[in-house]
Amino acid sequence: MSQLFSKANMEALTSPLNLNNPVVVQVLGICSALAVTAQLEPAIVMGLSVTIITAFSNLIISLIRNSIPNRIRIIVQLVVVAALVTIVSQVLKAFAYDVSVQLSVYVGLIITNCILMGRLEAFAMMNKPWPSFLDGIGNGIGYAIILVIVAFFRELLGSGTLFGLQVVPQWCYDHGYVNNGMMTMPAMSLIIVGCVIWAHRAYNKELS
Amino acid sequence: MNSLRKFFDKIKPNFEEGGKLHAFRSLYDGFDTFAFVPNTTSGRVGTHVHDAIDSKRIMSLVVIALVPALLFGMYNVGYQNALAAGQLEQASFWGMFWFGFLAVLPKIIVSYIVGLGIEFTVAQWKNEEIHEGFLVSGIIIPMIVPVNTPLWMLAIATAFAVIFAKEIFGGTGMNIFNVALITRAFLFFSYPSSMTGDDTVWVAQNTICGLGFDVPDTFSAATPLGEIAAGATTLSTSFCDQVCGFIPGSIGETSVIAIALGACLLLWTGVASWKTMLSVFVGGALTGWCYNALGLSPLTACQHIVLGGFCFGAVFMATDPVTSARTEGGKWIYGFLIGFVAVTVRVLNPGYPEGMMLAILLMNLFAPLIDYCFVSRNISKRAKRAINK
Repeated sequence: MSQLFSKANMEALTSPLNLNNPVVVQVLGICSALAVTAQLEPAIVMGLSVTIITAFSNLIISLIRNSIPNRIRIIVQLVVVAALVTIVSQVLKAFAYDVSVQLSVYVGLIITNCILMGRLEAFAMMNKPWPSFLDGIGNGIGYAIILVIVAFFRELLGSGTLFGLQVVPQWCYDHGYVNNGMMTMPAMSLIIVGCVIWAHRAYNKELS
Repeated sequence: MNSLRKFFDKIKPNFEEGGKLHAFRSLYDGFDTFAFVPNTTSGRVGTHVHDAIDSKRIMSLVVIALVPALLFGMYNVGYQNALAAGQLEQASFWGMFWFGFLAVLPKIIVSYIVGLGIEFTVAQWKNEEIHEGFLVSGIIIPMIVPVNTPLWMLAIATAFAVIFAKEIFGGTGMNIFNVALITRAFLFFSYPSSMTGDDTVWVAQNTICGLGFDVPDTFSAATPLGEIAAGATTLSTSFCDQVCGFIPGSIGETSVIAIALGACLLLWTGVASWKTMLSVFVGGALTGWCYNALGLSPLTACQHIVLGGFCFGAVFMATDPVTSARTEGGKWIYGFLIGFVAVTVRVLNPGYPEGMMLAILLMNLFAPLIDYCFVSRNISKRAKRAINK
């Protein structure tokens, strides 16, 4: 048991949450962070989907890493990722149809998410299954955290709601408050990601 | 003047290291160098060429050049209010002017307090000398928004522009985009209904301190470009009114004559580049003429130049020395493309009646590239000359 949660394993799980965050430090997976963060609900579903897919593709690739011929490893990785993405996409369609409509093509595009291929190449190909699994979960959650932060500000300031519930009181609208339309545009999420990076670097001085 | 100098000298020790007001050092420094040319000289070591006029004095000149357009804008605010209320006969000249003055003044104050507040804070925080760039932006911002823009929107947009378009690039002189235009772009994309949406944003509707008139809710006053975008083929205002500026529009942009006065001052003192200014007009006129000849736009080339923010943008914002092209040849291309893009957006994009803001921001982005091309062309030309000899 202590072996399972050794220091190295815990580091694989926790370092992507902060100092090695895939979005704000490695700057991977930015496109989907811009596309699905107009509201909190799709952002959370997207974060969860990526977490599950990263974790299990890491696990599967790590299990068969010694039998993958080096020259075709990218194709093998893609097949595994594509299979998982298809499963997640079908599950979403079956059980959370509204959200899957909102996410539209972006669930399918998880295949091209740089975080996935990056972790497979950098970690799963040279580590044992259990650390790889933890690494996948850590990176997925690190990605999800940033998505949720960005989506929180975009939904609150852009639509005045959180999870679709009205948060900004009607009183404010009566007195001239107007939702910020630019927050609902993808351009603004880039600026918010920039602000998150700014705050993150200001807090963690060793990164800059 | 002498007593002011004495006053500054007297309070100076308070702001120096260890003084009780040291936290406000940048504030003191900013006002001192604004009121008096600093008597520091460049170092004796090495070669320094120092212009007699420093950037605070240049900025003050631009502000003076903006005054005619600002004063006329104030008058026009009152004029449009009286016109919409149908009370033009009863309204006096001064009544209309003071009404406009009271409508515009809060915007100027908000823009300066927010913008300068951020600049002073950053200067103090980074322990730098206070930058003077906001002097001009602060007066331009109220002039390029509709009169009904709420103050809190203006404050947010100004803060956004100063932080994200200026301070994160390194402050005055480092910004890629014109700060005043970023403020307007932020307002334009964030709060479209308050910027262009319906045709009620261009005219002040309520009395202020007993001045002006209450306008009935049913009125609407579109800008000439708004009318064209809505599908009209003839304008409801005469060409003479459009040149003088008695049309609805952003506060400072309507009067070509008042802007021309400012342009004369800028060109006479050499603060603005005549090449940039001229080429914007040439680009806009040629493009406008082409679209008119092709039948795509009912406006003639002349009307394209007179209407909207074309003149204001060409004179005061395209020539911004920080964000425009700096090579002499580059200025021609930079200006021409601004005119071309502005008219093209107006004619081909029905969603945006006015394209000047987008055109200048787009060309701000390309100015360094234009400069780079001209510099490398010069380098290769001279290299060839040297080799051929």
